Amino acid sequence: MSAHSEKTHIIPVKTYLAIGGLLMALTIVTVLVSFINLGGFNIVVALAIASVKALLVAFFFMHLYYDNKTYLIIFTIGLIFLTIFLSLTMFDTLRRDVVDPIEAQTIRKDAIIYQQEK
Amino acid sequence: MSNHTHATHLAHHFADEEQQRESAKMGMWVFLLTEILLFGGLFVFYAIYRSWHPDMFYNAHLQLDVVMGTINTVVLITSSITIALAIRSMQVDEQKKAVIFLIITVLLAATFMVIKYFEYSHKFELGQLPGKFYTFKGIQGSNPHIFFSVYFAMTGLHGLHVLIGMGVILWVIRRAARGEFSSEYYTPVEMTGLYWHLVDLIWIFLFPLLYLIG
Amino acid sequence: MNTIPEKHFLNEEKGLKSWLLTLDHKRIGVMYLYAIMFFFLIGGLLAVVLRLELTSPGTDFIEAETYNQFFTLHGAIMIFLFIIPSIPAALGNLILPLMLGAKDVAFPRLNLASWYIYVLGSLFAIFAIVSGGVDTGWTFYTPYSTESAGSVVSMTMGVFILGFSSIFTGINFIVTIHKMRAPGLTWFKMPLFVWGLYATAIIQVLATPVLGITVLLLILERVLGIGIFDPAMGGDPVLYQHFFWFYSHPAVYIMILPGMGIISELISTFSHKKIFGYKAIAFSSLGIAFLSFLVWGHHMFTSGQSELAAMIFSFLTFFVGIPSGIKVFNWLATMYKGQISFEAPMLYTLSFLFLFTIGGLTGIFLGALSVDVHLHDTYFVVAHFHYVMMGGTVMAFLGGLHYWWPKIWGRMYSEKWAKIAAALIFVGFNMTFFTQFILGTKGMPRRYYNYLDQYQPLHAFSSFGSWILGAGFVVMAVYLIHGMLKGKPAGNNPWGALSFEWTTSSPPPTHNFEETPELKHGPYDYDKVLAETTI
Repeated sequence: MSAHSEKTHIIPVKTYLAIGGLLMALTIVTVLVSFINLGGFNIVVALAIASVKALLVAFFFMHLYYDNKTYLIIFTIGLIFLTIFLSLTMFDTLRRDVVDPIEAQTIRKDAIIYQQEK
Repeated sequence: MSNHTHATHLAHHFADEEQQRESAKMGMWVFLLTEILLFGGLFVFYAIYRSWHPDMFYNAHLQLDVVMGTINTVVLITSSITIALAIRSMQVDEQKKAVIFLIITVLLAATFMVIKYFEYSHKFELGQLPGKFYTFKGIQGSNPHIFFSVYFAMTGLHGLHVLIGMGVILWVIRRAARGEFSSEYYTPVEMTGLYWHLVDLIWIFLFPLLYLIG
Repeated sequence: MNTIPEKHFLNEEKGLKSWLLTLDHKRIGVMYLYAIMFFFLIGGLLAVVLRLELTSPGTDFIEAETYNQFFTLHGAIMIFLFIIPSIPAALGNLILPLMLGAKDVAFPRLNLASWYIYVLGSLFAIFAIVSGGVDTGWTFYTPYSTESAGSVVSMTMGVFILGFSSIFTGINFIVTIHKMRAPGLTWFKMPLFVWGLYATAIIQVLATPVLGITVLLLILERVLGIGIFDPAMGGDPVLYQHFFWFYSHPAVYIMILPGMGIISELISTFSHKKIFGYKAIAFSSLGIAFLSFLVWGHHMFTSGQSELAAMIFSFLTFFVGIPSGIKVFNWLATMYKGQISFEAPMLYTLSFLFLFTIGGLTGIFLGALSVDVHLHDTYFVVAHFHYVMMGGTVMAFLGGLHYWWPKIWGRMYSEKWAKIAAALIFVGFNMTFFTQFILGTKGMPRRYYNYLDQYQPLHAFSSFGSWILGAGFVVMAVYLIHGMLKGKPAGNNPWGALSFEWTTSSPPPTHNFEETPELKHGPYDYDKVLAETTI
């Protein structure tokens, strides 16, 4: 029992409610911001708010802040490898004509389902 | 009582309760890691198509109902709070309270699915469907069916996870109601909580990416 | 005189039910062993038929459509049903907890579930075979795989399910290695096979989910036409290749890393010498695991991906040579001035060193962008792949199988026949596949049913080699089964090895150890132990 209670950190209800309130507030903020045109920054703000919310959930609801740091490492590894996946793929998809301009055209500009209508 | 559960829940191949608990927790986190990468594939796929067709994505997203999306976000966050409180109640040996919180969680999950159902059926009526089933007219930009392929793949997989989560929570409620858990042993509740928070976490990203393209 | 203990894990409980519901990692390992050997047989027979057909140009035995289905099946079965589970799920399950001094893996039920999921996945694959076959190649490239008439959905569904089996094994091993080590067995005292399995498990857990989502999207594309991989629908087939290889390149290291772990064990045991560069070998496993996620684009140099991406991937690919080189040099240094004995496991180890080095080196050729444009999709790739996978992984697997065979069954196989089989396999393998390097450089494309007359002599020679290779495996099957049933009792430690699994009886009791073992010396402290015994 003694070893057990050392390991388990019991978080007060107040903390849970406070974090919950913060999450709700951030949700409202992100919705409101999306109606303001910030150009390219809309996505940046949206993702930043989402990341803060995600971290709040992970650190407090999922106890990463209190628990063994191994779990935090596992969680971070997931994000790192996802970033690798995304960025290396985008080196292809966003850079298809960087070295040599592409002379060939796409097979169809619009998908066949639209072409049949015309 | 607590001594009794202590003995029966310790599997033979573990040295003590703590080793067993920590193993389960670590296993769960590694499982969540696989979930992150599973959804990650879809996020990559979203990012690439959005980068190819930014205008079409903007125009297509206007078809989604921000109000319903916001309500669903609130519902899911609330359910995350209640399941966290359920686990806390377990830790302080208030099993009855825990069961009530779990029941609220599952009801909120059901609410989420009902709202999702209305959103989906509206899209079905309008023909805003993925790929070759897409018949809707009125979205500017090339290949708007791709947006709905992305939308349905992402929310569909997420919805599937919500359904699975509901099943697991119901199973945990049943076990909790039978008095199988105590502050000494509540690993299944804790694991379910972790899973449920991840489902919430994924929605936290899905919501702005799909509903709130600025 | 060695004897077999009266009660051990194989006979403590009897009846089919006691096997099908077992939670014992050793029994699950044995069940995996039977399953993968069955699929190895099927995949091998398919390979022999393919080679037979290719002995001369034109139609000899099977039609072109059948040929396409057979090479797809050979690839899919060997990769998803044999090599990926071979070392981790079969040998790893059997040996890992023993090596750690644990009673079982962390999650025995999950372990059993993974076996059933494997069987379920293989049933889907078998269903695909009988319901029309698949002729896309094991890579299922779009758009052909969304249009081909075969039962692609069933096959890819099988792959999806098998992925779960692989993930469950990975989760189990990671947690087992973290949490179940015997007292005193610190990270840097673990046998290197455990490090190999650990690195493998990390890849299994990180990469397999992406395969899951990829085949799921492929199924959606085929069934619902969601249009993301189909150029006619505004999709991009190259994207499929990115997704597929993000898993499948790391998957190649899922196959080779545990093999490298086995080789580290065998080299030290049969050189009777402390392993050279323990930490370097351990960290190079993790290094390979990490690098495996950065290089997938080298499968796509001619696919139409951007030149910039191709250059980056080509550059990154060269780095894989570093940790692989570190391993090979450390193994050689271990053998230097050791007292090497040439039992069957060591013969396979030497084969591995020789063949894997060729396989790895030709991999560097293929990773070089300009060379690959010439060699892409030729027999050179086929030969490279088989040198790494068969010359590497399968040799290591066979080495491990011979090494732990007496531990699993308590009985020895015939050493004489084992040497004969090893020689046949080594010679047959090189005849079959070295020829294919030459064929590839001369321009013979892979997966072709028919070919120009000028390639005929080399093709015939390769086919001839495949018969010798096959004969080697037949001999092996006979003496291994004979050894398992009627061999001489092996005793606890026939090789004089030092890791935990050799301290318990052979076969081990159900709970592995009579009492929790304590670490007295590291797994490779041959210098210390030999010094003690001579005094």
